[in-house]
Amino acid sequence: MSTHAKTRIVGSPVPRKEGVDKLLGRARYVDDIEREGMWHGTTVRSTIPRGLVQSIKFGRHIDWTEFAVVTAADIPGENHIQLIFADQPCLADGRVNHCDEAILLLAHPDKCKLREAAAAVHIDYESLPPVFTIEESERQDTIVWGADNVLKSFLLEKGDVDSAWTGAAHVVEGEYRTGAQEHLYIENNGCIAEFSAEDGVTVWGSLQCPYYVHKSLLAVFHLPEDKVRVIQTETGGAFGGKEDYPSTLASHAALLAMKCGHPVKMVYDRMEDLAATTKRHPSRTRHRTALDANGKLLAMDIDIATDGGAYSTLSSTVLSRATLHSPGPYVCPNIRVRGRAWATNTVPYGAFRGFGAPQAIFAIERHMDEIAASLGMDPIELRRRNFLHDGDTTATEQGMREPVILDKLLDRALAESGYHAKRALFVKQNATSAVKRGMGVAAFYHGSGFTGSGERYLNSLAGIDVTGGKVRVLVSSTEFGQGTNTILTQIAAEAIGLDYEDVVMAPPDTGIVPNSGPTVASRTSMVVGRLIERASRQLVALLQDQVGLANSFTPDEFFGACERYRAARGEVVSLCRYEAPPNIFWDDQKYSGEAYPAYAWSVHVAQVAVDTVTYSAEVEEFWAVQEVGKVLNPVLAGGQIEGGVAQGIGYALYEKVLLQNGHMVNNQMTNYIMPTAEDVPSIHVYFEEIPFSYGAYGAKGIGELPHDGPAPAVLNAVRDAVGVSFNTIPLMPEDLLAKLNAPLLVEEAATA
Amino acid sequence: MRGNAEAHELVAPGSLDAVLHLLAEAPGAWTPIAGGTEVMVAHAAGRLAAKKLLSLWGIPDLRFIQAAAGSIAIGACTTFRELRASRVIATELPLLAKASAWIGSIANQSRATIGGNLVNGSPAADSSPALLVYDAEIELISVHGRRRLPYAHFHTGYKKNVLAPDELLYAIHFPTRFARHRQYLRKVGTRRAMAISKVALAAAALVDEGVVREVRFAAASLAAFPARLPQAEAVVCGRPITTETIQAARRALLDEVAPIDDIRSTAEYRKQVAANLLEEFLAELQGAGVPQ
Amino acid sequence: MSRNWPAIELVVNGDKRSVQAPPMRRLLDVLREDLHLTGTKEGCGEGECGSCSVRMNGELVNSCLVPLLQAQGATIQTVEGLAIDGDLHPLQQAFLNCGGAQCGICTPGMLIAATHLLANNPHPSMAEIREGLAGNLCRCTGFKRIFDSVLAAGQIKGPTPSESHAR
Repeated sequence: MSTHAKTRIVGSPVPRKEGVDKLLGRARYVDDIEREGMWHGTTVRSTIPRGLVQSIKFGRHIDWTEFAVVTAADIPGENHIQLIFADQPCLADGRVNHCDEAILLLAHPDKCKLREAAAAVHIDYESLPPVFTIEESERQDTIVWGADNVLKSFLLEKGDVDSAWTGAAHVVEGEYRTGAQEHLYIENNGCIAEFSAEDGVTVWGSLQCPYYVHKSLLAVFHLPEDKVRVIQTETGGAFGGKEDYPSTLASHAALLAMKCGHPVKMVYDRMEDLAATTKRHPSRTRHRTALDANGKLLAMDIDIATDGGAYSTLSSTVLSRATLHSPGPYVCPNIRVRGRAWATNTVPYGAFRGFGAPQAIFAIERHMDEIAASLGMDPIELRRRNFLHDGDTTATEQGMREPVILDKLLDRALAESGYHAKRALFVKQNATSAVKRGMGVAAFYHGSGFTGSGERYLNSLAGIDVTGGKVRVLVSSTEFGQGTNTILTQIAAEAIGLDYEDVVMAPPDTGIVPNSGPTVASRTSMVVGRLIERASRQLVALLQDQVGLANSFTPDEFFGACERYRAARGEVVSLCRYEAPPNIFWDDQKYSGEAYPAYAWSVHVAQVAVDTVTYSAEVEEFWAVQEVGKVLNPVLAGGQIEGGVAQGIGYALYEKVLLQNGHMVNNQMTNYIMPTAEDVPSIHVYFEEIPFSYGAYGAKGIGELPHDGPAPAVLNAVRDAVGVSFNTIPLMPEDLLAKLNAPLLVEEAATA
Repeated sequence: MRGNAEAHELVAPGSLDAVLHLLAEAPGAWTPIAGGTEVMVAHAAGRLAAKKLLSLWGIPDLRFIQAAAGSIAIGACTTFRELRASRVIATELPLLAKASAWIGSIANQSRATIGGNLVNGSPAADSSPALLVYDAEIELISVHGRRRLPYAHFHTGYKKNVLAPDELLYAIHFPTRFARHRQYLRKVGTRRAMAISKVALAAAALVDEGVVREVRFAAASLAAFPARLPQAEAVVCGRPITTETIQAARRALLDEVAPIDDIRSTAEYRKQVAANLLEEFLAELQGAGVPQ
Repeated sequence: MSRNWPAIELVVNGDKRSVQAPPMRRLLDVLREDLHLTGTKEGCGEGECGSCSVRMNGELVNSCLVPLLQAQGATIQTVEGLAIDGDLHPLQQAFLNCGGAQCGICTPGMLIAATHLLANNPHPSMAEIREGLAGNLCRCTGFKRIFDSVLAAGQIKGPTPSESHAR
């Protein structure tokens, strides 16, 4: 356990492992790849949000014998996409529950003929009444899922909330809403599939979790594990959008490949990807909070509702994380969180960086400022009075055994941003300026890794082997820009005592690598990295024990020992299974105990300008201070924070999914707006490091943390700027107009 | 890519004469394409109805900026990058230079042409408000000859214009008499770059001893096509700028425009922001006191 | 192909190429599929994301919006043409050092846009960099380290990336 010892490679800004290929334009993304004899596939999708398929007619001007046509009837195994519940069909079979639901698949060698053919499929429906919002679903007049439209519900209780209200000096209520958000990876979803009776199914694709796809394909095809092979291609961004959706896409391509006897490529264009694939769950959170006369929290009663779309996919786990993050980084003796995920007839929502935490943290951090305003208290002071500290317990009665340094993070964030001086300045300037400025803060944690017993359930296996004079990292954890390849090879090189160049990644191919779990939940550094660290030390110990490798050695001596070992044993492999840190007890029924093995902590500060002529809010500058354990690579870590902040700013002010009849109508990049290089503010990033003993070299999770803070920090800053509260994101200029009074322009120029 | 490249004919006759003859041979059959920044988007979306396309790209007779005494002529296939780079445009028609910098991105500006922008006829067209405020005239050409008319008369409805089936937009002519005018142009979009405008206002006013002698307001995205704001102009013209005039102009604008709700914004937002932009300009005039 | 399409002559990264394809075929598809230069990417097909950016006759263009016929006789530079004798050009090296590429899908277009910027303005300011890259969307980096990369490249002396060809 050398988490506090000095390291040579871990902690250094070594260059991205696959960086050169990416910069030369040599990296091969799925659409760059051709397989011999390859056909193309396309999907015919529902144009109604809910109903029965009455008939499917094929236009007579098309020679259908040239095409492979696949419907639900062609599925050899189960017609469902295996995620958590098995409620989502691979292909709609007689009934549809959302617009753009896949009904039928076509393949042909010629992309143009394929498009013509898809346009020639005519489907008649009998429409059924759809449900489009949380409120409509809650009314339960129309049941569209299960017995009651509830995809999942949680109840978390600590203490006795109900008796807290009467004694409380203050009771503050608020309702906070977040909209859907699209990942907008610059590379759309895509895959290539091959099928043969001999080898079964092989899929190459842009994806995060090869073994998730593998598991889904087993069910769809009723094939044994060794007859399904999934290989990740270089992936151009994912953010959770390629966690579950690729299972559907791979199944589709593989079914077509099976039907036509050729490899089939299915790469979505932007319009299809935007309309038909997963997005972040919309949410509505209601807070009712009791405080004493000093502004200390007495009770929190929280109601969370998410919109899960037509099928459950990952709604239960998103709701779980939302539930667990909803009380914020505060001490409160009495807490109740009731969470429900509701079904609607919209494209199913799925994983997206943060996974329920951005929704929950938006609510609590906006609510804290509302409480402060209600009490006439400074929002900074309110937070300080209620912050968790070492030894305090959370809503699930998890004791904070690791250091909690929220005060220090807050101090640093305020100092770096010049928060107080700026606020004072803006108060003066705003009086006579058409542009009003304000500062806003958000404080939050993000639980690293899977909730509760999740990591035990995953039972990840990972390690290294030695092949071709290099150490190869054997993981199913994938690279999609966040730095997996770099940090895992850094860890192995450090732990063994090699140079960074001596370690490479094994191909992310289920035929080659073990299942180290999905690349999600900010677990790769902490959990998988730790497995690599252990496996590396394990190999060294083995070589020292078995073939006389010395206590200290050069890389040449190491590889020499490996060859001696290989001569004796045949292969040089070292794998390790997940071991839970001690004292992790989680009760899934009561929702209590150690919800996460570790937490990353952060404070964000936003400086926002609201132009009262155009009602536009823009972020002028942003500060993010965080504690994520050991920073494994400062360039990659900084990049994660900056990218997450930019996405969070998009979530707050720019990105709106417009649905009509349950179909996304702004499904083009010209109409779904993310910030450009001219819109992003300067983003300042600062790390405090407190190594976590059970993470690789002391690392905790980092990837999702930065997306949690920007939305509340920005909307708190808007309130500071204009004195009006906005509790719904995305906050668009049209929304600001609706609530602000006539703009205060500069006093008539004549008086200037 | 939802379009079928094989289903469209694209020819490049290479000279203005050859283009005009093709248009005359089969009036209405050919759709001109300049830089393609609109046509190719439709093509990729599988929505390009035009089967016969006539390339104007690179024809020297259509790509020019000519300054003469008292006027500037701009060829229809001049790109926005060229307009931005032109010293004479920057000096004489600064609002056009400003608008040119707002078209899409640098990559769009190197291909998008002013003629394409006008003929495409979006109500949100970036260059139109400046043209209206500068009293631009457009010159149309065919085998039968040329005709000129005020740009303000070019659009007749949503994406409808006065071009005859055998006619081509040839040039845009500007008088260069705005050196003493206070000028203003502001575009409000969804973000700072690569944004289709929700509303844009151009203004030019000649102020003499505190009284407005000449004024023009023009807006994008407030009607079926970019247009002047005659009611607001009437309120201001011939008057000094006072709080009353400003508020009256504001009311006149709100009264005369009828924007719509669409995928990008709302009618209410467009109206209120347009009125704010107008107020912003008039407040500048008031503050300036004397003309530039 | 059995049709009588005109042959389009191009110079791509210093190499003379001849393509016979429909005149309305997108330059992007010609580069990727006919010339097998898959470095240039398609992110949106609408000219919004810039991942298809190439330099054509010294201008920055979105190749998804250029019909092949209009590239007749053009000189084109793609990402494959930036390296110098197979080694990273200093601009690419700056991206590697500064962390300007994460998932890498926007990177080819971003490098071309940066190349174009530096060709016209060898020592750009932050504001000029922001404008020069405004047509290239990056979802991973928040742009900061891309700005750093271009600023770093702006300090470097030597051939501008626009002057190098792939060989």
